Amino acid sequence: MAGTAVLGRLTWQVATVGAVSGETASVRTITLSVPDWAGHAAGQHLDVRLTAEDGYSAERSYSIASAPGEPLAITVERLDDGEVSPYLTEELRAGDEIEIRGPIGGYFVWTGDDAVTPLLLVAGGSGVVPFRSILRHRHNLGSEVPVRLLYSARSLPDVIYRQELEHAGEGVAVTYTLTRQHPPDWTGHTGRVGPALLSATAWPASDGPLAYVCGPTPFVEPVAGGLVSLGYPAHRVRTERYGGTEGS
Amino acid sequence: MRHAAPDGSALDGNAIAGLLREVFGTEMTQAVARCATCGAAGPMAETVVYGRAPGTVVRCRSCSAVLMVVVRHRQQNCVDLLGLAALEP
Repeated sequence: MAGTAVLGRLTWQVATVGAVSGETASVRTITLSVPDWAGHAAGQHLDVRLTAEDGYSAERSYSIASAPGEPLAITVERLDDGEVSPYLTEELRAGDEIEIRGPIGGYFVWTGDDAVTPLLLVAGGSGVVPFRSILRHRHNLGSEVPVRLLYSARSLPDVIYRQELEHAGEGVAVTYTLTRQHPPDWTGHTGRVGPALLSATAWPASDGPLAYVCGPTPFVEPVAGGLVSLGYPAHRVRTERYGGTEGS
Repeated sequence: MRHAAPDGSALDGNAIAGLLREVFGTEMTQAVARCATCGAAGPMAETVVYGRAPGTVVRCRSCSAVLMVVVRHRQQNCVDLLGLAALEP
């Protein structure tokens, strides 16, 4: 049924690369122009498909980095053994075309409809990408939902969107922990997100918060478990795991 | 083979949102999947997903039984749902 448009079906579309900007040494944000983009919700993804000349193709899913209504953008971390990310981060230039489909996903999404529930966002490495969309969406809505973002990165130069997060707006508290290296004068947290840091940073369960946890699988499991131990009902902890580095 | 816990290469159902929509024609990460082996139920997004097997293997987060296997062959998806007792969009 190739080429048949069926309502609700996902179709591959050609996106034109607008700009590629560096976030860190290994992370790029890529803006994409798609003629028939349906619009997306904060936290959704899109799939990218690269096809080699011999017909071999590889697909990967990337979180959308821009807020609903903003020009479409993804943020991609280069994985040295990756099939897709080295091309996206090293080779792609403005004007190039890639195949994408989306938006995809409905679970790891924040719509902003609920204007009171405090949000806890916990990011490991490039797991911060969907949170940029959520924070921008909150800002664009003029929402006053209180947000705490706990962001685990290898080192300060590995922090993605650092400038932007410093100006995330009133009602957004950002806490970093650096797991591998930290500046000599660093007064913030170091080491992985453990029970003590989680307990100190997370909203008390009695506030009825909604938690989103995104990062590599080995990061997400203990954080999600830790939140449940703090009294968060499991269904109030939404998780999203991705593969690749254990870079957090 | 059963896995006691998801290893580092495991993803979750969010990662196959596109594939699920391709197979079912609608958003499925919020659909509630009930395991035919242990009876645990939860959103498809929270299942354990291995994408590097020959095909995509979806396992139960509670008992790690196989819920679903999708293998693509000649641009067709072959879908095995025998591990699911129910799937409610």
